[in-house]
Amino acid sequence: MKELVEYIIKSLVDQPEKIEIKEILGEKTVILELKVAPEDVGKVIGKQGRIIKAIRTVLNAAASKVSKRVVLEIQD
Amino acid sequence: MRILEQEGRTADEAVESALKKLGVSREKVKVEILDKGNKGLFGLVGSKPAKIKVFIKDDPSHIAYQITNRILGLMGIKAEIDIKEDNDEIHLEIKTEDPGILIGKRGKTLNSLQFIVNLLVNKVCRARRKIILDTERYRDRRQKTLEDLAKRLADKVKETKKEIVLEPMNSHERHIIHTALQEDSLVTTRSRGEGEYRRVTIYLKGQGDEG
Repeated sequence: MKELVEYIIKSLVDQPEKIEIKEILGEKTVILELKVAPEDVGKVIGKQGRIIKAIRTVLNAAASKVSKRVVLEIQD
Repeated sequence: MRILEQEGRTADEAVESALKKLGVSREKVKVEILDKGNKGLFGLVGSKPAKIKVFIKDDPSHIAYQITNRILGLMGIKAEIDIKEDNDEIHLEIKTEDPGILIGKRGKTLNSLQFIVNLLVNKVCRARRKIILDTERYRDRRQKTLEDLAKRLADKVKETKKEIVLEPMNSHERHIIHTALQEDSLVTTRSRGEGEYRRVTIYLKGQGDEG
């Protein structure tokens, strides 16, 4: 999950070197805490949250293959 | 973008060898002549090779293929992708053993993936082309479902004389509904609401157009 989110976010932002992703593995849930450069936050969220929602959908499809759920959070 | 510098007896010959080395055809590259060269006297005395620089142009369909392939791989979905180019659109047909996961509920996953692929490709290519992802002819089947639904609901509107509000849909799906009922002389359609809550309403002509 971490690699998947990392690939998408890195291709999306202008400052890929500033990305930090922390993965917390639970029994049924994977929590991904994402940090990006402040200038890039909008590029990850998108208008009306459209981009982050699409990323979450794709992540959850991937996670459902291994019967898990993913929570992707953007940290300020 | 890949760049290659090449020398040759003439600029044309240099281009030829560069294309061979890169394995691409002429229309996929941009050529810059650095030095026209000089054939010299009888091709012997004082000859100077021509020097050129070749740039491979952004090829959106190839980039779209690579990005989609990479994301599917990271999702753990084994897939084969066929590329079809159609005017302004690039169609990627995905063959996988598990199309259900790829499509998602009412195409939610496939549409999200398509949205992300379009974003990522447009970030690296300047030539804006719409990329359409499909699997198991889902796009065609969904269009048929929506057209049938539109006609069924239009009949109901005519019967009950009451408008019907459909569930929220994306712009492409709303367009299918509008188009399906465009020729209908008794009902008409309109989209209302914002963003992902935008829905089509079907109503009798001359009724309810105030909204």
